[in-house]
Amino acid sequence: MDDIVDLSRFQFAMTAMYHFLFVPLTLGLAWILVIMESLYVMTKKEIYKDMTKFWGKLFGINFALGVTTGLTMEFQFGTNWAYYSHYVGDVFGAPLAIEGMMAFFLESTFVGLFFFGWDRLSKLQHLAATWLVALGSSMSALWILIANAWMQNPVGAEFNYETMRMEMTSFADLVFNPVAQVKFVHTVASGYVAGAMFVLAISSYYLLKGRDIGFAKRSFAIAAAFGTAGILCTIVLGDESGYEVGDVQKVKLAAIESEWDTHPAPADFTLIGLPNQEAERTDYAVKIPYALGIIATRSIDKEVTGLKDLMADHEVRIRNGMKAYGLLQKLRAGDKTEENVTAFEELKVDLGYGLLLKRYAPDVVDASDEQIKMAVDDSIPGVAPMFWSFRIMVGCGVFMLFIFLFAFYQSARNTIGENKWFHRICLYSLPLPWIAIEAGWFVAEYGRQPWAIAEVLPTYMGASSVTADQLLFSIISIAAFYTVLLAIEMFLMFRFARLGPSSLKTGKYHFEQLENKQG
Amino acid sequence: MFDYETLKMLWWLLIGVLLIGFVITDGFDMGVGALIPVIGKSDDERRIMINSIAPHWDGNQVWLLTGAGAIFAAWPAVYATAFSGFYVAMMLTLFALFFRPVGFDYRSKIEDPRWRNSWDWAIFIGGVVPPIVFGVAFGNLLQGVPFILDDFLRSQYQGGFLDLLNPFALLVGLFSLTLFVLQGSTWLQMKTDGALRQRARLVSMICAPLAVVLFALAGVWIANGIDGYVITSIGDLSGPANPLLKTAEVQPGAWLANYDKYPLTMTAPAVGLLFPLLTWVASKYNRSGFAFFCSSITQTGVLLTCALSMFPFILPSSIDPNFSFTVWDAVSSEKTLNIMTIAAAVFLPIILSYTTWCYLKMFGRLGKEFMAKYKHSAY
Repeated sequence: MDDIVDLSRFQFAMTAMYHFLFVPLTLGLAWILVIMESLYVMTKKEIYKDMTKFWGKLFGINFALGVTTGLTMEFQFGTNWAYYSHYVGDVFGAPLAIEGMMAFFLESTFVGLFFFGWDRLSKLQHLAATWLVALGSSMSALWILIANAWMQNPVGAEFNYETMRMEMTSFADLVFNPVAQVKFVHTVASGYVAGAMFVLAISSYYLLKGRDIGFAKRSFAIAAAFGTAGILCTIVLGDESGYEVGDVQKVKLAAIESEWDTHPAPADFTLIGLPNQEAERTDYAVKIPYALGIIATRSIDKEVTGLKDLMADHEVRIRNGMKAYGLLQKLRAGDKTEENVTAFEELKVDLGYGLLLKRYAPDVVDASDEQIKMAVDDSIPGVAPMFWSFRIMVGCGVFMLFIFLFAFYQSARNTIGENKWFHRICLYSLPLPWIAIEAGWFVAEYGRQPWAIAEVLPTYMGASSVTADQLLFSIISIAAFYTVLLAIEMFLMFRFARLGPSSLKTGKYHFEQLENKQG
Repeated sequence: MFDYETLKMLWWLLIGVLLIGFVITDGFDMGVGALIPVIGKSDDERRIMINSIAPHWDGNQVWLLTGAGAIFAAWPAVYATAFSGFYVAMMLTLFALFFRPVGFDYRSKIEDPRWRNSWDWAIFIGGVVPPIVFGVAFGNLLQGVPFILDDFLRSQYQGGFLDLLNPFALLVGLFSLTLFVLQGSTWLQMKTDGALRQRARLVSMICAPLAVVLFALAGVWIANGIDGYVITSIGDLSGPANPLLKTAEVQPGAWLANYDKYPLTMTAPAVGLLFPLLTWVASKYNRSGFAFFCSSITQTGVLLTCALSMFPFILPSSIDPNFSFTVWDAVSSEKTLNIMTIAAAVFLPIILSYTTWCYLKMFGRLGKEFMAKYKHSAY
């Protein structure tokens, strides 16, 4: 069972992280296309139409792989996380189905008109199509993040012993989950940053090469403005305000800060140090007084609970969970006396903690103290990976903040193109949003471990009853497909980015002008 | 809003609607994909074929995605058991589906014949494999699937990949491919002209009678060789959804019982037999729009036949019929169904209207002039 779970986790992590190479660019670039085309419709200047078409071409190359890899994500809950799907489908499935009806259809129908409707639609109709693509992609992010936030902080649902699964009690709670709110803003804004950095970097390339200057400057200015707004949103409305609610979110926060003990409020922020999981302390910590308490709780009097206290709390809940599990067994066997039902209803919030024992004591109720200790140790994620990936994310974010602010300053002063060194920095900063985003997702999802659904269903329980051979087959095949597809995508991206607007074959841009002169 | 029993029925219908949307719309673009290396004789012809579906394939595919999403949300147990049980088949479908978005978008980006030929075959696989697998899957649903449930309702599939490929399932797979190709060829009749259109017409005129024969064959096989399932006892239909609360058994001829009980349901198989013939007639007399319409109705009739034969079963268990999933006990809670009903009532009409608008805007045949004009911007 252990290797099935590990292989399934590996496959999910691999495919999710790969999928999210393409999603942010779709999210951000779609709005940049909206800005460009709106300018075209308002100013009637052809260059903005060319910009929309050229960046739209690159958008299309990226979009194709976004769609492709999104298919895997939808299939995988069923193929690889079947028990998860059964256990929480009643709650988790609804936002996915609504995402399909409200967002996917919109985005996918109008993306066809975006690419092929230029001569079939009026200017305003085409602009509307572009708007709807952008709106559709951001709304799709909204619903999938509502689903994801429910995994982090499962509100509006409870366990039903008659159907042996979680069932929805309040759709409003699900939708207005505070974790979903911050997650949506943070994730979508980071996608906007990715889109902006993409345009900023490639425009800088043209400026460095000294070609298609007007085209590049306009693109650069749009990206600078959009990116500044995006990075400010991403940082100011960071995800951490969602770390106050729900046990697992608190665990994540403490792990990110390597905060082993609860300190008096406001807590110090550990700038850097070496988390030591075994000794449960942070070596060589460099601390900034009060900063953590203020950042994380947005107050000076609330405590940030440390990992040791959280784990002590987990032990209590695991012991309650054992009782809940025992009662559930009685109910399953048909012993539905009122006494059992009431007792179970009271204890069922801790049923999930009882299930953490499944890994060590399949019958749960007879777990020894030693087994309980192992489950408690498991109840927090590895601290060092959390600590470091969070710092990588923040580091990239802060660096990009300076880039966008300076780029924005240049646009405002009308000095774009004058600082060659700055454009070189922009060009080579292209990977930063992706590094930050992947690190951020790692923090969010690895930080959720050992849970698939926080406090409800351990990851260990969620996997399908498939064989290791089947998993190896799928992992190797997917890895092979994805590697080849990525190589092809990068090849096309580089080719068309290098070619620039000349690829539109309008005759107006650099390489065609060059041909004309020579010809 | 509705009571639980009505909601359960309603979601059987709604998932049917989504799957019908899928076979009609993704049906024609997969059919076109399957025909690319077959009837596209030159690069221009192949590009015309691809561009006839270019503005639509992505929206079409959402019928599949939303269908799967709705099964997840409305029938979580079915989603879990079918997707994990048919693991290898699902992965093969997934890999085949990989080829479509990238194939369509990347093919025209480079002008090298080897590059384009490779993508043609990729798109071909993306058009051929999914219909076969879906057919094979339905063929297996009709025969029952070897899975068990433990006390925690964890499902365990006990068959292998090769067991799926039994003769009846392969017949349904072939039938399904025929229908998708028929759908694609009638679309091409409607969207192309000249020699290409004539070739598409020929394909329709071959696939249409073949569809009738295969459908009839599958029907006879079910009537004589495949046992259906019946529920022998079930509590309150509005009660909690738990498959272990009912009993069921295998019974010869049970898949035909609904037609005896509700004679009106005979319409579905009748449509499935009659409309391919009408498609043939329409193709013969060059009524391409009507041919596409008849082919779409055929798809609908066939899918409904399958669903009606099995009703109320969705996924019968061949190991222990008691474990079978039915519309009464494999569903989500009343609350979830209610919320999704509201969402569907709001969004389905909106989706249908903008999809129609999009098709109207892109209406018309594509020929050589189109390819010449859009050489650099089309797929």
